[in-house]
Amino acid sequence: MKLIARIAAPAAVFVLAGLTATACAPQTSDNSAKKDDKSGTLRVWLFQEVNNKPKEQVVDAAVATFRKAHKGAEVEVEYIPVETRAQRIKAAFNDPKSAPDLIEYGNTDTAGYVKDGGLADVGEEFTAWDEAKDIDPTAKQSVTVDGKIYGAPLFVGVRALYYRTDVLKELGIAAPKTQDELIATAKKIHKAKPELYGLAVGGAYTYGAMPFIWAHGGELAQESGGSYKAAINSPAAQKGITAYTSLFGDDNCPAAKCASMGGNATVTAFASGKAAMAIGGDFSHQAVEAGAVKGKYAVVPLPGREAGSIAPAFAGGNNIGVLKSSSHRTPAVDLMKQFAGKETQRELFDAMGFLPTYTDVRAQVAKKEPFVEPFVRTLGAGAKFVPASPGWGQIDASLVLPTMFQEIVSGKKDVAAASGDAAKKMDTAFAAAG
Amino acid sequence: MTNGSEPGPNTPSTPGTPGTPNTPNGPNTPATREPAPPGTRATEGAAASAGISAAGAAGPPGEASAGGAAASAVDGAYAPRRAATASGLPGASVRGSSVVGAAGPKERPARVPNVRKAAGGSGPGDRSVRRRAGARTPWLYLAPALLILAALLVYPIYQLGLISFLEYTQAQVSGGEPTTFQGLGNYRTLLADSQFWQVLVATVVFAAACVLATLTAGCALAVLLTRIRALPRLALMLAALGAWATPAITGSTVWVFLFDPDYGPVNRLLGLGDFSWTYGRYSAFALVLLEVVWCSFPFVMVTVYAGIKAIPSEVLEAASLDGASQYRIWRSVTAPMLRPILVVVTIQSIIWDFKVFTQIYVMTNGGGIAGQNLVLNVYAYQKAFASSQYSLGSAIGIVMLLILLAVTLVYLRLLRRQGEAL
Repeated sequence: MKLIARIAAPAAVFVLAGLTATACAPQTSDNSAKKDDKSGTLRVWLFQEVNNKPKEQVVDAAVATFRKAHKGAEVEVEYIPVETRAQRIKAAFNDPKSAPDLIEYGNTDTAGYVKDGGLADVGEEFTAWDEAKDIDPTAKQSVTVDGKIYGAPLFVGVRALYYRTDVLKELGIAAPKTQDELIATAKKIHKAKPELYGLAVGGAYTYGAMPFIWAHGGELAQESGGSYKAAINSPAAQKGITAYTSLFGDDNCPAAKCASMGGNATVTAFASGKAAMAIGGDFSHQAVEAGAVKGKYAVVPLPGREAGSIAPAFAGGNNIGVLKSSSHRTPAVDLMKQFAGKETQRELFDAMGFLPTYTDVRAQVAKKEPFVEPFVRTLGAGAKFVPASPGWGQIDASLVLPTMFQEIVSGKKDVAAASGDAAKKMDTAFAAAG
Repeated sequence: MTNGSEPGPNTPSTPGTPGTPNTPNGPNTPATREPAPPGTRATEGAAASAGISAAGAAGPPGEASAGGAAASAVDGAYAPRRAATASGLPGASVRGSSVVGAAGPKERPARVPNVRKAAGGSGPGDRSVRRRAGARTPWLYLAPALLILAALLVYPIYQLGLISFLEYTQAQVSGGEPTTFQGLGNYRTLLADSQFWQVLVATVVFAAACVLATLTAGCALAVLLTRIRALPRLALMLAALGAWATPAITGSTVWVFLFDPDYGPVNRLLGLGDFSWTYGRYSAFALVLLEVVWCSFPFVMVTVYAGIKAIPSEVLEAASLDGASQYRIWRSVTAPMLRPILVVVTIQSIIWDFKVFTQIYVMTNGGGIAGQNLVLNVYAYQKAFASSQYSLGSAIGIVMLLILLAVTLVYLRLLRRQGEAL
């Protein structure tokens, strides 16, 4: 009893002191632009790539071209680490005074950033831009939210099937032509060579799993009248989920190891020679080349259900956009067009291997560099994008889909129950995002 | 003597200096450390009363238990002064115990209430007079500390509480949408979330298991330390300090590697083949538990060891001269004197283990397969930062705070009651 009394007295003092000292609400920053300077310093944030030097050269060249046309403008480029980009960009939205004018961002973040009030609507300039008509529709979709355009696509990233030519040859198997064949091949390889995963899959590898769902005609979510509703539990989507999760198990990729793997882990397994096949991106090329399997692999588009068809891939990639708080809107939009223009994208491909977002430029580079041909074909067959809802960012961050796959492969729930729960969580997120 | 020696006894009566050296649970430390000062104060009082009970024990043999009961029932505000009489200072202890033993009559009236209290009597009237007279002085002394605590502790908690009543996500922070008042909306969302309850239960059970295991390991090794020779003692100390000094992330990463299904030496040693520790829910929790115990038992061990060492040998000697058996010495002298230390160590462990983050986050890859190894802190992180729902994250934080406060208060009260019954 004494104890309570003794604690209560100082506690009351603390609370009183606290209340008098701090009668204020949490901060909210104002991100609306106050002016539009035609001159001055433009600040740009781009992602720091693993091997950044070639990217810097391309960017410097683009900046030089830009400055020829804009005499009074200075450009200051900063390369920010990819791992901490989310914090950096949130911080920029929170403190407009120290925020840049132009940022590079992952295309799945578009809707979230728009809802945060961070990106400026550049629809007018985008429509008037002559090069924009050649941008492929999926890439354009990745900068569009509710019919408005918030930036320009900088490059696309897409995944295809990497396979070991030596292993398949040794076992006398041809590269799979259909999804069923792919699954059968994976199991056949693991049976013959138990030390290898047939096809490396991961319970947390959402973007590797999506093509299976899409190939069966399933969707992540359906849009109607501007709002999204989860469709991950539709019969078609469930078939896709069943197909993907059938790859986990002692006959291909043991759940105990593969349930927790993400995309990078599967590519690492392939690169280090622990997997006969993997679903990897054009951006995984360097990692695989640096691994033990250099010169012993090939790439084909991930097969769809019919022979000769291609499973729709997820169109990843980065965009570049102007911040709403920018006080240099006009030159910033010009610089955005310079960076995302055909010229720079072509150079960026030569330097970094990033796939251009323009269909015509992509066709040209595919002729020059045969490695990208399967990826360009995959894009040509129609890639898909995640729901353009701010709710998607939250679904992604709260690991709704990885949880669903992991629940299924670890035997905690069946496909119907797990996908039903995932759909519920997605609907909550979509509803909260409005 | 009463006033002059006031500051003195504080030093010896806090052998463990409980609040100071903690590191094990990396990210938690700042928050963990803050509450320590009040805790420390409370224990000083308790330590002093334990000291008196020991002094009492040294007097007439039969009175040992009566003296202890009286002392621990006394209001803590008097603790420092009483400690002065009982005194932890080796030299003074003889004098101190003689004062208590000799009791009231010979002393001047002003001292009477003090001693009477210690001897088991009560003088409500005298006490209130005394309290009024010196009421302001302790607060003056406390003012700087209180101000700092208010700025560093109350303000963040106030903001946390405030945000938990608002709709506050990234959109509100960066001004995309207006901040709105939600009342208990966030709490309602949270309490309606079945995952929250599942995570809460997992957290409580896991923390309880960690506390038990840590205390058992720590106390057992502390006793072992007092029984072994210098060289092995040094080796054990160094090993424990090494574990203690290892940053939580490093420790967790190393443990994950040790238990790796493909490359880990542990599986090879145990002949487990490619058994994946992190795949099953319980094996993953067990693995994390081992790591948590490994990195937090040194604190318990060192503190309890220091406590055992700080028990004045005169007291033990006196008790044995009076014919007390070994068990009786442990029950009536050693255990009561160690109790304040065990209290602090237990509360610290509860707080650390309830708020465990790094180990779970690193070792189970952010909460395990399908979130099976989530604990509240990781869950709050995922809500608050990964998905930018700061208000929901704050609500989880407040709920955690309340749970911890409740657990600590209940625990302290239980101890008080036990103290009365002793």
